[in-house]
Amino acid sequence: MNERRETVLLLGYGNPGRLDDGLGAALAAQVELLALPGVTVQADYQLCLEDAEAAARHDVVIFADATTSGADPFSFLRVDAASSLGFSTHALQPEAVLGLAQQLFGARTDGYTLGIRGYAFNEYEESLTDQARANLAAAVAFIRRVCEHGSFRELAANGSAPGVGDPPEQQSYLRPRGEVEP
Amino acid sequence: MDPALPASKTKIVIDPVTRVEGHGKVTILLDEAKQVVQTRLHIVEFRGFERFIQGRPLWEVPVLVQRLCGICPVSHHLAAAKAMDRIVGGENLTPTASKMRRLMHYGQIFQSHALHFFHLCSPDLLFGFDADVRIRNVIGVAARYPELAVQGVMMRKFGQEIIKATAGKKIHGTGAIPGGVNKNLSIQERDGFLGDLDQMVTWARGAVGIARDYTVSNLQTLAPFGSFESSHMSLVRNDGAMDLYDGNLRAIDALGNKIFDQIPCQAYIDYLAEEVRPWSYMKFPFIKSLGPERGWYRVGPLARINTADFIDTPEAEAARREFMALSDGKPNNLTMAYHWARMIEGLHAIEKIRDLLHDPDLQGTDLVVKGERREEGVGIVEAPRGTLIHHYRVDEQDQVVMANLIVSTTHNNEPMNRAVQKVAKDYLSGVEITEGLLNRVEVAIRAYDPCLSCATHALGQMPLTVELLDHTGQVLDTKST
Repeated sequence: MNERRETVLLLGYGNPGRLDDGLGAALAAQVELLALPGVTVQADYQLCLEDAEAAARHDVVIFADATTSGADPFSFLRVDAASSLGFSTHALQPEAVLGLAQQLFGARTDGYTLGIRGYAFNEYEESLTDQARANLAAAVAFIRRVCEHGSFRELAANGSAPGVGDPPEQQSYLRPRGEVEP
Repeated sequence: MDPALPASKTKIVIDPVTRVEGHGKVTILLDEAKQVVQTRLHIVEFRGFERFIQGRPLWEVPVLVQRLCGICPVSHHLAAAKAMDRIVGGENLTPTASKMRRLMHYGQIFQSHALHFFHLCSPDLLFGFDADVRIRNVIGVAARYPELAVQGVMMRKFGQEIIKATAGKKIHGTGAIPGGVNKNLSIQERDGFLGDLDQMVTWARGAVGIARDYTVSNLQTLAPFGSFESSHMSLVRNDGAMDLYDGNLRAIDALGNKIFDQIPCQAYIDYLAEEVRPWSYMKFPFIKSLGPERGWYRVGPLARINTADFIDTPEAEAARREFMALSDGKPNNLTMAYHWARMIEGLHAIEKIRDLLHDPDLQGTDLVVKGERREEGVGIVEAPRGTLIHHYRVDEQDQVVMANLIVSTTHNNEPMNRAVQKVAKDYLSGVEITEGLLNRVEVAIRAYDPCLSCATHALGQMPLTVELLDHTGQVLDTKST
């Protein structure tokens, strides 16, 4: 690991009022309580323009959100900066945040999505399903292990980092962008 | 096939309109001669939120309602707090509470308008409606006009920091409470904002110039684009000035004649009603005295500029006069003029922020008042997208037993449908959804800056799919982005 600890921005986003859509914000809340050195935590309903400026001030940005399908308990995927977009809404996608950080602020921030599997999204209720809670705990433990014992950049380079063992499901969390999750 | 459709009709479906926000769908109905006979903008608005609030203690509501919207939670926070002010008898706020809330609100207006203009609107304006969609977006703006894009980012950030300082945090703030606020603005916070203020004013002024120059120089194209005559509604101050935080309701017709004026917020229900239509989740509000057919109206920046007699900040007032001169002082009914109006409001918001930051009342310590309790309250603010109404009744245990919310996008439901129909009639050729038509439908909807972010937005839910169906329901064509 580099002598200088990498600075990490964890952006947890989603709507806590829509059941498991609150997984990203819940992750942000729990990681903030850990007070991990070098880690800045932000929560929001969705990604927005100014997140690019915040991302540009860090070595690594992790976009944590709920996923409606895909791997349990979570997937951890590398994100490339977008050089173009096919659509635009008020909300930005992680690729766009990285692209803007790069184009507007000259940043070379590495980006990853942490997609925590959720199961229920279509009601107004501020709670997580039991399985989503379990997935959240696994994701928090993962973030903690990497931040305390390794580096996300090392994880990206080597596929593993000190202290980051395979979880019980024997799942490798780092996959190239676009690779199908198990 | 839609059983309501005659067999000779063809239905074109644009589903969902993700380039606007979240989940929406446009259907365009053709007759046998391939002419547009009907368009419908379907917006999947989740109406369950009002029931979700029922049973909650009134103190929770201003915080809880922020879950409604990822873009303007502050507007819901303030509208709910104003309604609860009435219920706790605390509507006559202390100067510190009133000014802290206004500062929060102007911060919200400033950041939201900056976000819309630089992120969603400027790609259309800078590159043209027919530009490649891979370029016509915020990344394209960043590549071609990096200084402008940085301005957008920093203006949005400035507004967000104002919200953080007044509401306690950027999202899910708690600053406004029934009868007042729970914090004032420290000298340190104030001085931090003052350091960036001149730059923000300069950029806001520049944004007005961009929107004005674009509108004026492209007037021949923009004047008919998605445009139609309409009524307009907003809050205005007692003296007729634009007031985005408080005031009374005023509605005018397309020529500027007053339909009603200085209606207290608590009486809104005597003047407005909502119609349910079977094909849409979203209601259609209308002015009662005109009925559902003629009583629809527009809200938001264009309506506010049209309804106000003047703006009480000098630069925005000068910009308003220039804006109104375009339509000889009569209401401006150009849909695309929303963008210019929006930037005038952005300039007004930063002028208001400047005035407030120099006001020592923001450092006051008298934060909350209470008075005679009531069981019902209405709170109305002019949110970035338009008039936002929160109406609650509570029981003896202070629990909400009734909630009715009319959000800006709902007020603009009929106008957005009409804008889509106008564009479809003007630009649809044959039975194929061309990229040009799709772009223009989106541009017309986007002028209203609709916000559907109460829908979930988990990773990977943003496809744009376009379907063309024949009269039997068979899919003739599908396009996705």
